[in-house]
Amino acid sequence: MARTIVITSGKGGVGKTTTAAAMAMGLAQRGQRTAVIDFDVGLRNLDLIMGCERRVVYDFANVINGEANLNQALIRDKRCEHLSILPASQTRDKEALTQEGVGQVLDELGKTYDYIVCDSPAGIEHGAVMAMFFADDAVVVTNPEVSSVRDSDRMLGILASKSRRALENDEPIREFLLLTRYSPERVARGEMLGVEDVQEILSLNLLSVIPESMAVLNASNAGNPVILDHESDAGQAYADMVARYLGEERPMHFLEPERKGLFSRFFRG
Amino acid sequence: MGLLDYLRSPGGAGKGSASVAKERLQILVAHDRAARDRPSYLPRLQQEILAVIRKYVEVDNDAVSVHYEQEDRHEILELNIVLPDPESRA
Repeated sequence: MARTIVITSGKGGVGKTTTAAAMAMGLAQRGQRTAVIDFDVGLRNLDLIMGCERRVVYDFANVINGEANLNQALIRDKRCEHLSILPASQTRDKEALTQEGVGQVLDELGKTYDYIVCDSPAGIEHGAVMAMFFADDAVVVTNPEVSSVRDSDRMLGILASKSRRALENDEPIREFLLLTRYSPERVARGEMLGVEDVQEILSLNLLSVIPESMAVLNASNAGNPVILDHESDAGQAYADMVARYLGEERPMHFLEPERKGLFSRFFRG
Repeated sequence: MGLLDYLRSPGGAGKGSASVAKERLQILVAHDRAARDRPSYLPRLQQEILAVIRKYVEVDNDAVSVHYEQEDRHEILELNIVLPDPESRA
């Protein structure tokens, strides 16, 4: 039985797709057979972040509608043999994802994969509900910023009331917090909510803190999940995320401001 | 804190905006959560109770308040009806 993980947030632009790509690649690199699915119908982007946009032939909606089989639509990652990508449909309307269809695709994937990572679209509409509906685990991606924290809390309410596990009175979804775009310098100056502040409000198990980093844009420019950039702070923080998700204990990194020389201190922008 | 930061922050040094953010969020999230668990019939219930009371007594629109609370093993529905004081009724 595969474990289904939804990467969700409510708010857009907080780093869901970056996180989904990193989570999927990280799990696959540790030998777990992993499939990552883009649920953002009409705004397909996971393929770009994964660097396989020119290999898309069939998509998620084609599979649900029986126009292609799963193996035709799945794109095998060229960097890691354990990883496959199922792209979203770029043309169809959102209703293309029926609950029954999504369930069938997940069941079929579950026969050959250990983990299924679902990249949720922003918002709380149909696509987002479909992405979280069958989840066993949820990674709630949150920026240290008021609207993102509020939306994350809203999303927690939806996970607890509208998911399959909630409706069937099954064991609840395991929920994890992932704090992204974190700036320890600004937290130290009292300009940004700190990890403890966000945790106090959302009271979730913290998976990792991803620092605001140049590496994320560099990675998406090139179509390489940032977790592959082992030298970068964000890459390492994502590697920590995957390790902790799999039960390893690791100290939190990137919570303290970097020590800076006098020059950069003065011209800090 | 760098010199530029000192000059830039409104009112010089002091508490940053993060504490304001946290305070606002705590209130907001508590409010959102309370609303989330409430049964959806509450607003209609409130309207109908108000209509019934108005058959007998002149009361304001906000004279009826409905509070709903959920604890571990039971729910509390609290109705509070403010009647006008007797002098104004006469």
